[in-house]
Amino acid sequence: MEEIANLFQGFSVALQPFNIMVMFVGIMLGVIIGVLPGLGGANGVAILLPLTFSMPPTSAIIMLSCIYWGALFGGAITSILFNIPGEPWSVATTFDGYPMAQQGKAGEALAAAFTSSFVGALFAVIMITLVAPLVASFALQFGPAEKFAVYFLAFCSFVGLSKEPPFKTIAAMMIGFALAAVGLDSITGQLRLTFGFTELLNGFDFLIAVIGLFGIGEILLTMEEGLSFRGGNAKINLRVVLQTWKRLPGYWVTSLRSCIIGCWMGITPAGATPASFMSYGIAKRVSKNGNNFGKGEIEGVIAPETAAHAAGTAALLPMLSLGVPGSPTAAVLLGGLLIWGLQPGPMLFTEQKEFVWGLIASMYLGNLVGLLVVLTCVPIFAAILRVPFSIIAPLILVLCAIGAYSVHSSTFDVMLMLVFGVVGYLLKKCNYPLAPLVLAIVLGDKAEEAFRQSLLGSQGSLGVFFSNTLVSTIMILGLIALFWSAIQKGYTRLRTAAA
Amino acid sequence: MATNSSHNAGPTHKAVEAGIAVLIALFGALVIIGSLKAGITWGAEGPRAGFVPFYIGIFIVAASAVNLWNGLRDENDGLFAEWGQLRRVMSVVVPTAIYVGSMPFIGLYVASIIFIGWFMRWLGKYSWLTVIAVAFGMPIVTYFIFERWFLVPLPKGPIEEWLGL
Repeated sequence: MEEIANLFQGFSVALQPFNIMVMFVGIMLGVIIGVLPGLGGANGVAILLPLTFSMPPTSAIIMLSCIYWGALFGGAITSILFNIPGEPWSVATTFDGYPMAQQGKAGEALAAAFTSSFVGALFAVIMITLVAPLVASFALQFGPAEKFAVYFLAFCSFVGLSKEPPFKTIAAMMIGFALAAVGLDSITGQLRLTFGFTELLNGFDFLIAVIGLFGIGEILLTMEEGLSFRGGNAKINLRVVLQTWKRLPGYWVTSLRSCIIGCWMGITPAGATPASFMSYGIAKRVSKNGNNFGKGEIEGVIAPETAAHAAGTAALLPMLSLGVPGSPTAAVLLGGLLIWGLQPGPMLFTEQKEFVWGLIASMYLGNLVGLLVVLTCVPIFAAILRVPFSIIAPLILVLCAIGAYSVHSSTFDVMLMLVFGVVGYLLKKCNYPLAPLVLAIVLGDKAEEAFRQSLLGSQGSLGVFFSNTLVSTIMILGLIALFWSAIQKGYTRLRTAAA
Repeated sequence: MATNSSHNAGPTHKAVEAGIAVLIALFGALVIIGSLKAGITWGAEGPRAGFVPFYIGIFIVAASAVNLWNGLRDENDGLFAEWGQLRRVMSVVVPTAIYVGSMPFIGLYVASIIFIGWFMRWLGKYSWLTVIAVAFGMPIVTYFIFERWFLVPLPKGPIEEWLGL
């Protein structure tokens, strides 16, 4: 049980007073980011990343991952109280959370949402504790072909599992790969796709893309809708919390199912948003109160929240053990690792034990701290939403500009951020998914390197990706994921034809 | 969301969708041209720099062709957005562009004060007192958090230099 010993050592790191303080700060910032429109997990972490340049890496990742947990918790507050999802993964929470609030059961809905989030996260963290070291030690034997196969599987899952049309997912993803290719080619040392612009020598930084696509793009969308916030008061007290807790164990089947859906969708980079919808949909179909869903059924809050938080947390498993982030926010954290001088991937578990286990231990503590913070501070966070958007919008835009500038101390990046923002607005409106675009920018270089090295070994034959059982299995899984929606369609057609 | 009503005109969803698909295809063509320049064949050290981007470019063009075809076949004749909504979006994009463009010359702090002030006064119609408090407060707080505590330097212009910051 070496993992347990490692985990305890991790706790001793995470429980240092400075790290606990950092944890609280991260959670508070995260909830605020989750509550505010236009600031989400991914770009919130990206903007605050420069602040951690001078911190020790372990404290830095604790702070940034806690911002992420906070944002996951925060999304539920606005969904339930204002019917405005602060984050895409809390859209499904509005379906039953807001009706509950209208019936005067806001406290109950919030307590259920927060507790479910915590349960989902806890399940995912336990899974990470047990599975991540195994995956990492397994992945140590990977050659370039296997590495490429993992990337292939990750990106194919996007195409098959996202709710956007597959060819739009492919287009968005390929734009990301193309942007990643710009600049110095890491193998030949040759310049490419710069068209003579010196600003493009170093290529496109995905942090700028994240801040622009998610931050500025979101503000523009909110501006278009011209929203004003109207919502009920948040009253949550110990009695309501305890009453809700008494009811929750009755829904353990829903919770467990949502945990599993969340973990699965988080590891394959489909992410928290589809996980929450899928979990809600299945709960609605299976539950004996299914007809009540949408009218304020507590189970309709538990299912999406558990799955979203489990998925958001599980997204860190492939990030830590394989260096393949499962969500845009995990991608930003991965970018952080590179900036702090750590090499993400399986070697992390052998070379940076303190860092990895400190992070995993902080995931247990951070989610517990998060639960306490949101349960006690809901009214404060709800009050933030009453600040008018015409004050919040310019402040967020300025914050985005500061974040974009401080990545490379370059004003060109700030302009690029605005371009990405407008592009993000247009793509989002036309139903192109942004997450695969961002992940492709992050992983493009590495995927290409693995691809070219494999081809080099095989003298250009694509057969190298099917040369042994391991690599063929991953590639075939990838192909199944790629054609998943087509397979599903064919299957339902067969069944209707048979019936 | 866009609604389909007669008195609120705006660009149709179909037209914008088609336009975006064409723009993405053009981007793909640009990637192909750039890759051809870098060399897409095999060199002494294996595939040359343009090898992978070349196929990425082809994927982009092909996927856009499908998206364009699907978009044009789509029965949905709703609006992309009303002109009024787009005007609101532009009322953020244009000042932000000016803000971003002026940053290298007047520095981040002065640009931010003007930008926040403009936004709150013209779009939010706040009293000058509130506007000044927020417009000056935010950059000052930023200065202390970024430059003093976390030692992250931000762009400065002549006024900051004159103040000796």
